[in-house]
Amino acid sequence: MNRIRPFATPGTALALATALTLALAPSLPAEEMAADGGKLGLKVEIPRLNVAEYHRPYVAAWVQGPGGKDVVDLAVWYQVKDTGDEAGTKWLPDLRQWWRRSGRNQQIPVDAVTGPTPPTGERTVKIDADQLAKLPAGELTLVVEAVREVGDREILEIPFTWPPREAGAFQAQGKKELGKITLTVAP
Amino acid sequence: MLRKSLLASLLVLTAPMSASAHKMWLLPSETVLTGPNPSITVDAAISNDVFFFNHHALPLAGLSITAPDGSKLAAENQATLRYRSVFDVALPQKGTYRIAALTSNILATWEEDGGRKFYRGAKEGFASKVPAGAKDLKVTEAVGRVETFVTNGPPTVDALKAVGEGIELIPVTHPNDLYAGESATFKLIVDGKPGAGLEVEIVRGGIRYRDAQEEIQVKADDQGVFSVQFDEACMYWLETSTADDKTTFPAANGRSLRYSGTLEVLPR
Repeated sequence: MNRIRPFATPGTALALATALTLALAPSLPAEEMAADGGKLGLKVEIPRLNVAEYHRPYVAAWVQGPGGKDVVDLAVWYQVKDTGDEAGTKWLPDLRQWWRRSGRNQQIPVDAVTGPTPPTGERTVKIDADQLAKLPAGELTLVVEAVREVGDREILEIPFTWPPREAGAFQAQGKKELGKITLTVAP
Repeated sequence: MLRKSLLASLLVLTAPMSASAHKMWLLPSETVLTGPNPSITVDAAISNDVFFFNHHALPLAGLSITAPDGSKLAAENQATLRYRSVFDVALPQKGTYRIAALTSNILATWEEDGGRKFYRGAKEGFASKVPAGAKDLKVTEAVGRVETFVTNGPPTVDALKAVGEGIELIPVTHPNDLYAGESATFKLIVDGKPGAGLEVEIVRGGIRYRDAQEEIQVKADDQGVFSVQFDEACMYWLETSTADDKTTFPAANGRSLRYSGTLEVLPR
């Protein structure tokens, strides 16, 4: 597993985010939703891999509070279709962190969260008002976890403060199973 | 040679924390699952090298599988092979299953015709196999529990309630919620009471591929509670044992108790 924490502490996130924003041009994704507390946008890139046997990865994106508590799921992509006698949900526990923090306590499918994994490329995660409303105030972490059959598992984390006091964009770059992750926030 | 291996088998069930004791274990194919009716398969064996079956199959006579709601389940496809036993368990309910192989044996040794004779088996067979008035007779009741835990969906604890007999491992940290780099806490009980001061040996699986046992030794506190930090993700084997005089078998001089558990620690 490859885990990247782009910022040493959540406290430094804002300053670094400002630096990142300059490089990014802080335009927010069109699908981003606004709540009373702020706006949140997320893009997840599923990289094209040059491998002999390719299966689309299982991907989970969620926001959690300190200690992995107060989890709010943003997206869970998996092989929804059954194959033979195995339900597509059988391998969901391979998203180990997500399974521990959230998945094992849920009835799959989850409305507005679960769906089939899209093809490779940068995908905008649809975040609805209900999900945003569940975000607790404080130092939060976006976690994106990907695992692929006969491939690897990779986790990226981006700490941020909620609700945001100013607009910012945060990025993390995966090494293999995930490409570029972009989190945008705005008041 | 035969005598030596018989003696070794005897030691398996008698000697508390003996270095020569073979390890008894269950190895589930998976411990964290989901689905409407997933199944696991379990290997059951006695060997020095966890989790390699290279010595004896573990007898399945005492299988006891507790479903999340506390009811008992039957194992499917049971077979005892040369070096291991196997069985399947269907997991139709959501929650945590407790899978155990229980043993309750009488061990007797005595002097006859200038040599040591011994009996190992059920209480019922004792009277017919051990001569009345045997010379220098030593009789021990051996109570053992070999177990592991498997969860479909959310971890639950109803199946993990104390039975109140022999040594049991009661979760403080759930046994299907163990992760590398984290500390886990458990409570040991003996006949339902705190297993104060019990010594616990924990060995990481894959022992064939390293030179050192790298075992973890921990001691339970006055309440039978102990904590352990798992540094690596792997299947771990855990054992503790003790002896006392609380035997229910009239001819026995004492009782030996053993607990062997298999715990899966996942990467974070």
